[in-house]
Amino acid sequence: MTREPLIFDISEAGKRAYRLPSLDVPGTEDALAGVPVRAGIPGFPRVSEVEVVRHFTRLSQQNYCVDIGFYPLGSCTMKYNPKINEKVAALAGFTASHPLAPADTVQGDLEVLRLLEEYLCEIAGLDACTLQPAAGAQGELTGMMLVRACLEERGDPRKYVLVPDSAHGTNPSSAHLCGYTVKEIKSNEGGTIDLEDLARQMTGDVAALMVTNPNTLGVFEYDIVRIAEIVHAMGGFLYMDGANMNALAGKCRPGDMGVDVLHINLHKTFSTPHGGGGPGSGPVAVKRVLEPYLPVPRVAGTAGARTLDYDRPRSIGRVKSFYGNFGVILKALAYIWSLGPDGLKEMAEIAVLNANYIRKSLDKLYHLKYTTPTLHECVFSDKIQKEHGISNLDIAKRLIDYGVHPPTMSFPLIVHGALMIEPTETESKRDLDQFIEAMTRIAREAETDPELLHAAPHATVVRRLDETGAARNPVLKWEGKAPQ
Amino acid sequence: MSYISLGDQDKKEMLERIGASSLEELYCCLPDEVRLKRRLALPEAMPEADLLRRFEDLAARNTYPGYLSFLGAGVYRHFVPAVVDYLSARGEFITPYTPYQPEVSQGTLQIIFEYQTLICQLTGMDIANASLYDGAMAAAEAVLMANRLNARPKILVARSAHPEYRATIRTYIRNLGVRIEEVGFGPDGRLDPAELARRIDKDTSAVLVQSPNAFGVVEDLKAVGELAHGHQALFIAAVAEAASLGLLEAPGAFGADVACGEGQSFGLAPSFGGPYLGFMACKKEHLRQLPGRITGQTKDVDGRRGFVLTLSTREQHIRREKATSNICTNQAWCALRATMYLETLGAEGLREMALQNVHKARYAAGVLGRIAGVKRRFGGPVFNEFVLELPKDVAAVNARLKEKGVIGGLDLRPFYPELGPCALFCVTEVHTREEIDRLAALLEEALR
Repeated sequence: MTREPLIFDISEAGKRAYRLPSLDVPGTEDALAGVPVRAGIPGFPRVSEVEVVRHFTRLSQQNYCVDIGFYPLGSCTMKYNPKINEKVAALAGFTASHPLAPADTVQGDLEVLRLLEEYLCEIAGLDACTLQPAAGAQGELTGMMLVRACLEERGDPRKYVLVPDSAHGTNPSSAHLCGYTVKEIKSNEGGTIDLEDLARQMTGDVAALMVTNPNTLGVFEYDIVRIAEIVHAMGGFLYMDGANMNALAGKCRPGDMGVDVLHINLHKTFSTPHGGGGPGSGPVAVKRVLEPYLPVPRVAGTAGARTLDYDRPRSIGRVKSFYGNFGVILKALAYIWSLGPDGLKEMAEIAVLNANYIRKSLDKLYHLKYTTPTLHECVFSDKIQKEHGISNLDIAKRLIDYGVHPPTMSFPLIVHGALMIEPTETESKRDLDQFIEAMTRIAREAETDPELLHAAPHATVVRRLDETGAARNPVLKWEGKAPQ
Repeated sequence: MSYISLGDQDKKEMLERIGASSLEELYCCLPDEVRLKRRLALPEAMPEADLLRRFEDLAARNTYPGYLSFLGAGVYRHFVPAVVDYLSARGEFITPYTPYQPEVSQGTLQIIFEYQTLICQLTGMDIANASLYDGAMAAAEAVLMANRLNARPKILVARSAHPEYRATIRTYIRNLGVRIEEVGFGPDGRLDPAELARRIDKDTSAVLVQSPNAFGVVEDLKAVGELAHGHQALFIAAVAEAASLGLLEAPGAFGADVACGEGQSFGLAPSFGGPYLGFMACKKEHLRQLPGRITGQTKDVDGRRGFVLTLSTREQHIRREKATSNICTNQAWCALRATMYLETLGAEGLREMALQNVHKARYAAGVLGRIAGVKRRFGGPVFNEFVLELPKDVAAVNARLKEKGVIGGLDLRPFYPELGPCALFCVTEVHTREEIDRLAALLEEALR
């Protein structure tokens, strides 16, 4: 495959791919009086329609995606994205809706918001939900702002937020953006929260503990009820990062464990596509005590007479325009309706089955730092292969040659040289076996032919890229046609 | 449907290898006290045909698309060429994750690189990121970025900026020891330069102004930029109607330090508020403080050009609480649509589209402004929106228009109570002269 040129390099005066209808109002001379008009846009593309179509079709062929195959990117993870969801979200009645339209003309949209809020509350075991956050990280920020607003009203917002050392990087970052200083909680030998360390650090000036459950190792925090007690006893809140709700739906509910506030990544549990890096959606569900602080507006009224309530004086305000990534919300609702209560539970169980099948099939070949039972994912490391000079990066790149997307690398931070594998429930045994076979061969190649791994991948449109050079001498846009 | 690909025999063999007797056994780590001992109270599983019918019913309860509408205010209806829907629907674009493995993600990465280039060209700035959530959040991130750059405690925001942008900024800064002050507008609908001159001081971190502003009026960016820089404050130019960039002078030409805004106009449906596209660009000296993903060009081991996510030492997965922002996932697919839209329209198409917006809005403002009792509220030049002051309560007038199948201008009272009975009308290239004339006739009738 040859590299597709940048569109700017094939641009030429006189080409176009779009023509407007002729102007049907007078093009008055004075229309632009008082407006600074630009002379033109240097370098802006001029191409034909067929060039546009081929450009993007060829570029699409340089992407790996869930529709092509297995994507075991632990923690981030993509399951199969059902096609009916795309069709539903593209219905003109939804896509043409203006967010500032009179409420009585968008009753269908408002009902969609209301229904998904209700269902997420039931799945989470919590009392109220906002769909406004645009992604998981914004959900975290929103959730922590709710905590802070509530504590402020009690007279003291407190100073610290506790975050386990296995947490996603967004957790400390979101807490910081909320004005808190982050303190780290150590993981114990089993990879879960060290209760003694928690009890020691959970003081009266700690606002919340942010816990991911199951955590980023795939381990369920067995002591979650005790953890909640420790946090609540000091007047703090238990925040749960719900990235891994796909392992729990229908089996247990965060609210029943003592969680006060939870964000959910719709793509991961509820099958919305990731689009090469978004749009996501990060709803936040809370216990009753935090409801007054949820972002404005809230969907109110009864079916057929829904309204948007902006009169919420204790609300933190809004975290983005309008009501969330509505197109994504539609797809999640479609997924919940498709699966129903039994399908959601089965989703979780099979995700766990698939992950444990992989773990069991590879645990003699790859090092497993934590041997605690895991749910939806497992984290190996490159410790065994390191003896042959092979890193997790080499293993990941070699997997590409076998037609598989690599797992998440070098995360969680508590596992050095991590390979974090999450298969999801949608994969067939055949796909899982192919992955296991590839990993098995790579383990052998690491011993017999390490050079093969260092040089991988071999068959891609580009091979290993100079990432250090990219950061050292940043070229972040097209800089003009190269001289002929 | 649960989209499972395992057969009964598969499950049996897999459990055998694991050494478990049942699926339940795999949940041995769940303490009994937290187990859910009932079924979730959700509707029963729906086959695809029923599901579609259910959603078609819901969509049909949205009567809005049947009206002739003149709503804008940050969300615009522009014509989207067929190639954009066709190409962006490809599974290779919808179903990849973030391009963490560049060798198998060159499609997405090259498109982001082209997107960053287009945003730089449109805004006249040096560098752009790979996208943020939406225009409002991009404005908030711009304010945070300014504060990281100069650590001053005060942000001046034009009251003529979109109300939801101002609200979002307020939420984002509420816990960071930064205060926001609004600068009012004059009779031309533009930020009042005298008030800005009075309020700006050595504590001012940045001045944020939006153009075209929430009244559709094109701001005097040159004057604002000079005042901001005169006090070593950063100048942030926000854009809620990105189509204007096809015609109006770029923020970079007025010395903006950061340009940010909403890219919904570039091929994204209104879709009841999202997903949209926050864009952000800045001067190159501010690169290290730019939030979000960035794609860069590099070479592979064979010397071939390729693209990677770069400068990640700014980001949360490396820097954790010291990151420039907590953002992780952005709006990549929306940026992809924008790239397709812009490359299809091309230099001429984009300019002509923007120009038609100006002409149609001027025409509409003309015919509506001639109705007895109606007057233009502001004197400043506009792009594709304008504010009319009506002799009657806007809600009552809009109710009459609605009976005739028209959604009139946005009632500004909830957002600007100080204005009196004013409505914001939006007219783009998709409105025909006949539709504008119909609005004029119905408005005249409604006011009679």
